[in-house]
Amino acid sequence: MGATLEIRNLWAGVEGEEDAILRGVDLTIQQGEVHALMGPNGSGKSTLANVLMGNPAYEVTEGEIFFGGEDLMEMEADERSRAGLFLAFQYPVAIPGVTVANFLRQALNARLKAEDPESKGISVPQFVRLLQGKMSQLKMDHNFAGRYLNEGFSGGEKKRAEILQLATLEPKIAILDETDSGLDIDALRVVAEGVESLKGPELGVLVITHYQRILNHVAPDFVHVMYGGVIVESGGPELALRLEDEGYDWVREKHEIAVPA
Amino acid sequence: MARVRRRQATLAAPPVSEEDLRQLSARNNEPAWLLNHRLESWEIYESLPMPTLQDEEWRRTDYRHIRWEEAGPLATQNGARPAIDVIPKENLAPLIGEEQGGLLVFVDGELIRYEFGDALAQQGIYFAELQQASQERSELVQRYFMQKAVLPTDGKFAALHGALWTHGVFLYVPPHVVAELPLHVVNYVTKPGATLGHVLVIVEENAQATLLVDYASPPGEKQAAYIGATELIVGDAANLRYVALQDWNRQTFEFSHQRARVGREGQLDWIVGTMGTQLTKAHLELELDGRGANGRMSGFFFADDDQHFDLDTQQNHNAPLTSTDLLFKGAAKDVARTVWQGMIKSLPNMQKIDGYQVCRNLLLSKDARMDGIPGLEIEADDVACSHAATFGTLEEELMFYLMSRGITRPQAQLMLIDGFFDELLQRVPFARVRDRLQEAIEAKILS
Ligand SMILES: Nc1ncnc2c1ncn2[C@@H]1O[C@H](COP(=O)(O)OP(=O)(O)OP(=O)(O)O)[C@@H](O)[C@H]1O
Ligand SMILES: [Mg+2]
Repeated sequence: MGATLEIRNLWAGVEGEEDAILRGVDLTIQQGEVHALMGPNGSGKSTLANVLMGNPAYEVTEGEIFFGGEDLMEMEADERSRAGLFLAFQYPVAIPGVTVANFLRQALNARLKAEDPESKGISVPQFVRLLQGKMSQLKMDHNFAGRYLNEGFSGGEKKRAEILQLATLEPKIAILDETDSGLDIDALRVVAEGVESLKGPELGVLVITHYQRILNHVAPDFVHVMYGGVIVESGGPELALRLEDEGYDWVREKHEIAVPA
Repeated sequence: MARVRRRQATLAAPPVSEEDLRQLSARNNEPAWLLNHRLESWEIYESLPMPTLQDEEWRRTDYRHIRWEEAGPLATQNGARPAIDVIPKENLAPLIGEEQGGLLVFVDGELIRYEFGDALAQQGIYFAELQQASQERSELVQRYFMQKAVLPTDGKFAALHGALWTHGVFLYVPPHVVAELPLHVVNYVTKPGATLGHVLVIVEENAQATLLVDYASPPGEKQAAYIGATELIVGDAANLRYVALQDWNRQTFEFSHQRARVGREGQLDWIVGTMGTQLTKAHLELELDGRGANGRMSGFFFADDDQHFDLDTQQNHNAPLTSTDLLFKGAAKDVARTVWQGMIKSLPNMQKIDGYQVCRNLLLSKDARMDGIPGLEIEADDVACSHAATFGTLEEELMFYLMSRGITRPQAQLMLIDGFFDELLQRVPFARVRDRLQEAIEAKILS
């Protein structure tokens, strides 16, 4: 059965704050589909991504999220991840003292242990082979495996490390929050090819972006525009092209009344 | 009237006397100069009051829950000679592969194993029990023992140590000699009562050595005290790597004075780990005496339950062009309390000195308390000095990142704490020892 992500009338804000950032989001993503989410700065895209992943900094005040028929709101972030949800962060944090290799091995082992508490986890040689394969595919220097995660990584290196995690963990639905920002043209191609190669009936993708260029590689089935914490427009690939041409003015004009400043 | 449990109002002292000192000295057949040194130290000891909270250095450390009747009598003086197999195998494992240059194992202050390879001995390196050294290398020991680094006048416990030290090690590396293999000392204590261990290391001009000293004891019911002194003498252009790892049981109180002196262009890499004891009060002082001397001090500590650690560090720049780099990292959980107080000092007009000092504190419970007090007293203008203490908890943002990859909350905490210490553990030059330390850290996290 497909692991559909269903978001219904989602309202959320920063934990302890009055004002909602997300103001009634509706969105359904099926495995195998690619959705693009666009929208001006500050419209709530990253907030949506974080709320979906279960970031405790945000509080959901209304609405529902189901993932493969299960209530996501009942789960902590780690359970959501093990259920098959993945978020490539817009601003990945550095994890001092934890190497990329150790981190990914622990993440894989957490999955194996959740399935079978007796599991001893992936063997080291098997893991090394897996990791090196994925790193080669993403044209990453194998030295990265021994570096502390994201510490001192350049912007582009961080984004690539996020995709490495995506490729290793093989989720059902992946949210890419501006993974294309800060990448040079070659890096963008490598990352996009990486995502492209993972795409298929098993993976649903939500690409949050400001640019058409990544969508040239990872072709979306649906494009949505978020404005003021609401998805105000949805359409096909032509919607992204129109935004690229015209910007957001028409969106603002059309929806100003619906969305108070 | 409500019953109030009080600590002793006045400070009791350990139940030891000049008679104990004379017996100890006689039993060891000590040369006269050594007995005299003990007697002089005893006199100083008797002239000093027990430290109290009124003393600036002791303001944050109240040790009045020590029961001197248990912790005070000398542990060496009772019972049968223990066997080496009381010591966990990990503590005795060779430092590198199957090799180490030498091993001295003390149990309850008695030397019970001595290994020292011919190769190092033929190079002129001397590595032995300090009593033995004071006979065999009398002139050398007499010149250095509590004369240049730790002095009996440094404090009440330094004086007590001078009077009643029970055992020790002496490592001497002659000029231009490189000890290729690391040396290892294990200090293991199975009994209540006091042991007073001494470490004296002399690395002469242009010589090199690495020494690891382990301190440990199995869980016990009764209190114990360790009143130690460590003296590290690093000659001109010499290089010493010194690692001291303390994991005494929770009934032990440690009071120690440790001081290193580094000569011209000499280098000291000094690592201290503090995991055990009920209470530790340690003075760690680095004296850069020669132009261009360099010292790195690395410390990690992890206090849990109701442990209390008080670590005083000093970096004294006594010559121009000297540099020091101190990094301490500690964690505290439960109701533990830690204090780090650091000071960088220079003599007047020591130009071009570079002193760096930072202590990073990781607070793992609301009821734990950590103090970090950096300090700087520099009397020169052409200097680069910086000092800081930082305090933090496990950041939710980092926790979320790890958990968003499926890692459970407890595992994520473990990884972040391990990660916090990793930078320091990597400075320990022995993989096997690093693994042992990591296990000890994880055991504390999970306890
Ligand atoms: N943790 C937070 N604390 C305070 N304000 C927040 C927090 N997270 C989001 N906000 C606010 O919520 C609004 C939406 O932010 P969000 O990051 O979701 O926007 P975005 O659509 O991802 O923007 P961008 O395109 O710039 O990445 C912004 O006004 C932002 O300042
Ligand atoms: Mg964003």
